[in-house]
Amino acid sequence: MCGISGIVELRGARVDREQLTDMIATLGHRGPDAQEIYTANGTGLAHARLSIIDLEGGRQPMSSADGQLWITFNGEIFNYVELREELIQKGHKFATRSDTEVILHLYQEEGENCVQHLNGQWAFAIWDAVRQKLFISRDRLGVRPLFYTRTSHSFLFASEIKALIACGEVTAELDLHALDQIFTFWVTLPPRTAFKNIQQLLPGHSLVLKNGEVRTWEYWRPEYAPECDRTEDGEDRLTEELLALMRDATRIRLRSDVPVGAYLSGGLDSTFITALTKSLVGDKLRTFSVGFDDPEFDESAYQREASAFLHTQHSDVRCTRADIAHVFPDVIWHTEQPILRTAPAPLYMLAKLVRENGFKVVLTGEGADETMGGYDIFKEAKIRRFWGRKPESHVRPLLLKRLYPYMDGIQRQPVAYLKKFFHVAPEDLASPFFSHLPRWELTARLKMFLSETVRAETQSSNDLSELERSLPSTYGSWSGFNQAEYLETMYLLPGYILSSQGDRMAMAHSVEGRYPFLDHRVVEFAAKLPPRLKMKVLDQKHLLKRAAHGLIPRSIQWRFKQPYRAPDGKSFFSGTRNCAQDMLSAEHIKRDSIFNPGSVAALVAKFESGRAISVKDDMAFVGILSTQILLEQFVHRRGARSTTWKQGAVPALPAGGDPWKPQPHPVRTH
Amino acid sequence: MFTEKSVGQHVREFIVENFLFNQERTFTDDDSFLGEGIVDSTGVLQLVTFLEETYGITVEDEDLTPENMDSVNSVAAFLSRKMNSVAGSVPLDQKTVPGGQL
Repeated sequence: MCGISGIVELRGARVDREQLTDMIATLGHRGPDAQEIYTANGTGLAHARLSIIDLEGGRQPMSSADGQLWITFNGEIFNYVELREELIQKGHKFATRSDTEVILHLYQEEGENCVQHLNGQWAFAIWDAVRQKLFISRDRLGVRPLFYTRTSHSFLFASEIKALIACGEVTAELDLHALDQIFTFWVTLPPRTAFKNIQQLLPGHSLVLKNGEVRTWEYWRPEYAPECDRTEDGEDRLTEELLALMRDATRIRLRSDVPVGAYLSGGLDSTFITALTKSLVGDKLRTFSVGFDDPEFDESAYQREASAFLHTQHSDVRCTRADIAHVFPDVIWHTEQPILRTAPAPLYMLAKLVRENGFKVVLTGEGADETMGGYDIFKEAKIRRFWGRKPESHVRPLLLKRLYPYMDGIQRQPVAYLKKFFHVAPEDLASPFFSHLPRWELTARLKMFLSETVRAETQSSNDLSELERSLPSTYGSWSGFNQAEYLETMYLLPGYILSSQGDRMAMAHSVEGRYPFLDHRVVEFAAKLPPRLKMKVLDQKHLLKRAAHGLIPRSIQWRFKQPYRAPDGKSFFSGTRNCAQDMLSAEHIKRDSIFNPGSVAALVAKFESGRAISVKDDMAFVGILSTQILLEQFVHRRGARSTTWKQGAVPALPAGGDPWKPQPHPVRTH
Repeated sequence: MFTEKSVGQHVREFIVENFLFNQERTFTDDDSFLGEGIVDSTGVLQLVTFLEETYGITVEDEDLTPENMDSVNSVAAFLSRKMNSVAGSVPLDQKTVPGGQL
C-alpha cells in the first residue's frame, strides 16, 4: 500500500525532478516508510511506500532485470505466490519476494492482458521503454484510486488529486457539473471528478499513453445472469460454495509481512470476516471498532459480543458529535470531493486508532451489501415493485412499514405518507433506474441551495441520460434486483464507499484495508446467484447468513440490518467552535457564489433553533459544508492544507520503528 | 380574531422558512406539499410539531392523512376543525406566535 505519481513529457523534454518530488511529497500519509523517484529522459515515476510485503526487497520504483520496464505500484496482489511459481516454471528469475516484481514479470509474459490474472487491489503504472508507452491499470472494483490529467506539455497521474495540483501547473477548479451529479447520485459519474480537467481511471479499466494519445478500455465488469441461472444448484450447495470462496478470499488476504487486524462493526459482514480470519490466525487476532455516544448510531454492545464470542483482543474509540466536527476539515482534505454524510469522519478516527496500536493492515466487511443483497434500497425496490404491480392494493403498501426500522422519522409516519413518498408511477416501472429513483429524487432536492448562477450553468446537463449511455448492453436483460446491485457496485461503491469511507480514511493514517467480499471470484459467484437467495422474501443477505451460521453469534446473524451511520449536521452544533462557523459564513458563501446565501443562512438557523431535522436537511448541510471546505483547501489555498485546522501528523508506530517522517525530498533516486 | 386565512398565512411562512429555506418559489395554497416536492418524507412530522407547539393542539395518529396535511388550505381547514372541536383550548387570537399576534 502506497502512493504513486508520475509524469510523461509529451514533447520529449526532460522530466523536472523537483516537480515530481513535490508531487510525491503530498502523499506521505499513504507511504511514510520511503519516498523514491525514477526519471529517465521524458518519463518520471515516483513512489511513497508503506512496507507490507518483502520489507527489504520491495522498494519502488522497481525495474525489470534488463532495465526496460519500470513500475510504481499501489496495492497488493494477493495471489502473487501462485503467480510467482507459475512464472518461475516458465523460466522467469526473481530478484525479490515482492508482489511488485510479479507484476513486472507477468507484464513481460502477457503484456496488457496481465491484469486478467491478478487477484488483488491495485493501481499501478509501468513505463515500457522499448515500446515507449505508459501502461496504467486499476483493480476491478476500484479499491485503489488513480487520477490523471494533462498540461500543455505533459501527462500526469497520481493516487490522489492533491499530488497533481502540487506539480504547480494544474489549477484546481470545482467542476459544477460534478457537484450537480453528487447532488443527485452522491458520486460523480466517472471519469469525472470534483475538479475540472482531472479524470479518474474507472475501476476495471486500463490506460495506455503512447505517442501522446491516451486510450482507456474496460478489462472487467460484473456480469449478472438472468434469474434462472444456477437455480439447478441447491441452496445447501451454494452455501458451501460461498463459504469455501470466502475462506480462500480471506486466507490470501492475510498474506503480509506485518500483522493484520480486523474491523469489527458489530454487523453480520465484519463479524463473519473476523470469524474467518480468527480461524486462520488464532487467538492473537486484534480487532478494532468505533462507538458513538449517541445511542441511535452506537453498536458497541454487538461489537463486544462479537469480540467475546470470537476471543479477539479488542480496542475501540468513542466518537462524539464534537469529534466529528473537529476532524471534518481533515476528512475533506482526504476525500477530495464533496460528501453528503459525515460517516467517513468516525472511520478516520478508527484508522488512527489502528495505527496507534501498531497495525498497518486491516480486513473489513466492505462489499457484502452490494454483492450479497444487503442494502435497504434493494428491499425498498422489491416492495415498491410488488406494490406497483397492483397499485390499487391497500395491503401491499403496508409493507413500506418494514423499511428502515432504525429510522424513527420513517417509522412514525402513517402509511398514507409513506405511500406518497414511495409512490410508483406507471412509467417508473420501466425505468432502468427504478430502484434508485426515490433516493436520487430526494437527493436532487439539495440543488435548491445552489446559486442562480450555478443552476443556470448546470440546467442543461442530463445526468440520467449520461448514466444510461454507460450501462452495458446486457443490462436490460437482468432482473430489477440485479440492476440495482449493479448500480450500487459500479457507482456508489467505488465513488464513495471505497474511496471517501475506505481508502482515503484508512490511508490518511497509513493503514491499508483489505476486503475479502471484493475478491473478484466472490463478486462473480454472487452475480450468478438467483436474487431470491440473496433476499429471500425480505430477508437480506439470506445466503450469507446461512454461510455464517455457527461461526458468529446468533444475535448478530439475525439482527435487523443497521447500516453504518453517524451523526450528521447536528455534529456542528454541539457547543464548540468548529469549521462550520467560518465555512458557512455569509462572507464565504458569497465569495464562492456556489450556494444561495439566504438559503444557507436559513438552513443554519434551522439547525441552531433545535427544530426537527430531516434527512434532506442533513444531506444539504454536510454537502454544502464539505463543498466550502473543499474550495477553501484546494482552490483558494491551492492544495495547501489549512494549518489552523491541522489535527496532527500520522502517529509513529509504537514498537519497532516506522516513525512518520515527512520527507520532502526522496532518500533514494535512480 | 382567528380566520383560516391568517392561519394559512402562518403555515405558509413556516413552509417557506423550513422547507424552502426562504427561497422565492411560487406555490398555491392548494398545491400538494409532497407532490410538488416541497416537503420531504419526514417533513410532515416537522409540520405536526409546529402545529402542536404553536396552536396547543394534539394531532392524533388518525389525523395524519394527506387530506389534512398536504397543502396550505388543507392544513388550515384541519386546524379550524380541530380548534372548533377542542373545548377549553386557548383561543387562537390570544396566542403569540413567531410571526406576531394572529
